[in-house]
Amino acid sequence: MLKKVLDLLDPLLILSAALMGVALYLIFIWVPTETNQGAVQRILYFHVPVAWGSMLGILVVSGSSFMYLWKKNEKWDRLAVASAEVGVIFGAIMLLSGMIWARPVWAVWWTGEAKLTTALILFFIYVAYLMFRGYFPPGAQRQRLAAIIGVIGAVDTPIIYFAANLWSQAHPPLITGPAADAESTLGSDLGIVLMASTLAFTFLFIFLVQTRYKIRKSEDDLVELKRILSTSAMTGVN
Amino acid sequence: MMGSLSVIWAIGRKDLLLEIRNKDVVVAIAGFALLVLVIFTFAIDLNQGNAKLVGPGVLWAGIAFAGVTGLNRAFALEVEGSTLEALMLAPISRDLIYLGKALGNFLFIAVAQIIVIPVFAVLFNLVVFRWEMLVISLLTTIGFSAVGTLFAAMSVRVRAREVMLPLMFLPVVTPLLMAAVESTSHMVHGRSWSDMAQWLQIAVAFDVAFVVISAFIFQHILED
Repeated sequence: MLKKVLDLLDPLLILSAALMGVALYLIFIWVPTETNQGAVQRILYFHVPVAWGSMLGILVVSGSSFMYLWKKNEKWDRLAVASAEVGVIFGAIMLLSGMIWARPVWAVWWTGEAKLTTALILFFIYVAYLMFRGYFPPGAQRQRLAAIIGVIGAVDTPIIYFAANLWSQAHPPLITGPAADAESTLGSDLGIVLMASTLAFTFLFIFLVQTRYKIRKSEDDLVELKRILSTSAMTGVN
Repeated sequence: MMGSLSVIWAIGRKDLLLEIRNKDVVVAIAGFALLVLVIFTFAIDLNQGNAKLVGPGVLWAGIAFAGVTGLNRAFALEVEGSTLEALMLAPISRDLIYLGKALGNFLFIAVAQIIVIPVFAVLFNLVVFRWEMLVISLLTTIGFSAVGTLFAAMSVRVRAREVMLPLMFLPVVTPLLMAAVESTSHMVHGRSWSDMAQWLQIAVAFDVAFVVISAFIFQHILED
């Protein structure tokens, strides 16, 4: 029993849990409240690391999709799908936490600001990536086509950003909230908390991707075993 | 070089001939886009002020949505008739198959626009018969057919193909759609080329990037 519990404890999990504890202490007890924005500013300490995680996810999906098309090695496909799943979850949390922060500070839930638009469109592209995988029958062809979406998303990203940037210049976002332009009063404290929290979320990201990768591997192994079993049953070799 | 062009033209011409005989795709695209325009004239209270403001957006959203319905058909016919295998057996490289199919889709969406844009001019009471419109329309249609042909080929074997194609196509073409809407908006406000130059540059960059990447990557789709 104890061994089973110990098996579940991955060093990465322990590390990210410990760092998460430190980050929570820093965010809610140690760091003083920012005077311009008030308590709501503390959302930033989750929002920024989660946004970083989703960006990391997109980078890994693009990189490993490219590697899959080049090398045709299954491990790149597993890495791509694992980081796409975790990246999309992080992306959803990023969008939600950003909106909750923006409402009191900017007085709007959403604006046409370039980074926001880019993040939202990329979120949709990687949701489509996962949906495509869900709809397509398993096999080498699915992996190839999914990798193509990963690469297309990477090619599109700079163009989306340029267009969104130009668009927000032509339609300046209406930011009228109480503390939209005020400088932070926290100085270097902000950086320290942000660093600790980002580190915690980065380890969480790696842990989740690694776990998903292992599950994916087991699923693939299972399919392979079933295939071998059915062919040996057919040929009568046991 | 001449050989490649004639291969691309042969595939494009085949799709064009089929289309001239049954008129499926162009009628579907134009009909759908016209309906979007008409519905918006009810959904928005149009007057001289806001027609210029919302018109370009409605036009390009309509063409993008309608384009998807047409693109769905592009490879569906090849699969239904099992002619995709025949294309793959032909001793030509895969990027030429892609360019030929993209040429066909480009022509379909372009012809549909010849029907849709005059109706748009009438419904929204805007002046659109200008050289700027021709350039914007060509650049946008190149991008739509480049990305659309690639995704249509990918989604042809997917369960729920009609759902999957727009979900992949629309987010990817968003920057091109922004460029089309913004430069059309400059045009209907009577501004000069230099005002829309940056947007046209984005459209050109999009087109070049996706025609090259798609032609290069297409071999991975038809690989079996």
